[in-house]
Amino acid sequence: MIRISCPFCGPRDHSEFSYGGDGSITYPALDAPMQEWHDAVFLRENICGVQIETWQHVNGCRMWLLVERDTMTHEIHSVRSAHPGMAAALGAEQ
Amino acid sequence: MTRFTAWNVFWQGMTGQKGWTRQWRDPEPKSHYDVIVVGGGLHGLATAYYLSKNHGMKNIAVLEKGWLGGGNAGRNTTIVRSNYGRPGNREFYEHSLKLWENLSHELNYNVMFSQRSHIALLHSPAAIDAASRNYNTMRRTGAPDAEIWGLDQLKKTVPHLNYAPDARFPIMGAAVQKRAGTARHDAVAWGYARAADSRGVDIIQNCAVTGVIRDGGKVTALETSRGKITAGKVAFAVAGNTSRLWQMAGLGRLPIESHKLQAFVSEPLKPLLDQVVVFGVGGAHFYISQSDKGGMVFGGDLDWYKSYAQRGNLPMVQDVAEAAMSVLPCLGRVRLLRHWSGVMDMSMDGSHFICKTPLDNLYLNAGWNYGGFKASPASGWYLADLIANDRPHKMIENFDLKRFERGLQIDERGAGPDPKLHG
Repeated sequence: MIRISCPFCGPRDHSEFSYGGDGSITYPALDAPMQEWHDAVFLRENICGVQIETWQHVNGCRMWLLVERDTMTHEIHSVRSAHPGMAAALGAEQ
Repeated sequence: MTRFTAWNVFWQGMTGQKGWTRQWRDPEPKSHYDVIVVGGGLHGLATAYYLSKNHGMKNIAVLEKGWLGGGNAGRNTTIVRSNYGRPGNREFYEHSLKLWENLSHELNYNVMFSQRSHIALLHSPAAIDAASRNYNTMRRTGAPDAEIWGLDQLKKTVPHLNYAPDARFPIMGAAVQKRAGTARHDAVAWGYARAADSRGVDIIQNCAVTGVIRDGGKVTALETSRGKITAGKVAFAVAGNTSRLWQMAGLGRLPIESHKLQAFVSEPLKPLLDQVVVFGVGGAHFYISQSDKGGMVFGGDLDWYKSYAQRGNLPMVQDVAEAAMSVLPCLGRVRLLRHWSGVMDMSMDGSHFICKTPLDNLYLNAGWNYGGFKASPASGWYLADLIANDRPHKMIENFDLKRFERGLQIDERGAGPDPKLHG
């Protein structure tokens, strides 16, 4: 079991969360060339080591989080809200 | 290498089993090979075997970072089937199944292929319709063993499933492929290794690739933990770790994520289940068969988060146990013997890649998702064909890395470009 420290709810088991995916992807503008969209949708770094990824606390506050996690050891280095404005408004730990 | 024949088995039995020789050599790596296959799993070994057998190539090496059968070759749930519906997959897996049917003879090694049939349970009229479409496609394309069963036939064949009408998902029928079944996974690795070795292929274990040396658009050599080896052609067959080698070759990103899948085996039981039974409905996913030793071999879904670690987590153990109880409640007091996890290439459409790469003499075999075991004979067959002829066979022409750019996704589940959903 991985424990994820949700900035809104505190440390919880990862089974409360749903894994989103690679959090480092930035989607191009809607009118960007097809190749840029192809790369964003289909290609992945697939890092062996520390990566940024998204998780949603579906069985908790339902917030989306950005998690820095090692894909080999599963150690979590940092957790923060994916929407900093929301976190500030709700007074969550950052 | 002594061939296995009825006479040899009898004679060795009479003479204390003293005359058997090593099944394969343990050679030191040479400084150059015409073809190097990276990855001594089923796909790599099969590739080396068919390169020699079908194409007469010589001076071939297979590099394996650990030991033979220690990766996904020994971590799967040993199911062989060809009940795929999408064009491309359908013919490919059908060819693979045909190779399985003769594999023990081909390799002179008993891979214990058992065509005990594959029974996918159906739980709604919509599921029966969808399966009927798929299995009709199979019947029209060379698989006369595809059948849709009603409850009567299913109850007669597998009487101990949970047929309770008040089950959360009552069983309404099943999609059955009768030629499908299981094989002994270790024996497949050993059989291919032995057959390839006897044809002169060097199988080099404990030899991890640590670097890929390029000269412009070509691979010239591989840095390994056992020294530098130059190569005429190189193939990667390292599902689970494809992205790492791809990046060593300086080729950037792939449409692949590495995920881990757990599998389980129970304590040995007396004969209980003669078929492969698959339960997949409403988010549950469970497949089970009984090994010849009696253990119930089963598995479920991915652990849902990307990982390179060959170990599983407990929530999925619970999930799989719950699925087991809902479909085969008689397993309730059976004890688990082992559970383990393998790292897999989950691709963006759930289908694989056997293709040329941006480098002239580098070939790729990757992206096998859940389905690598059953694919291994055909996978080796077509990768060998690709390496020998330097052009994709018609059978694999859509299994290239560029298919997404052409707007083609060979997406059996219709799940979209999210690797973790292609279970």
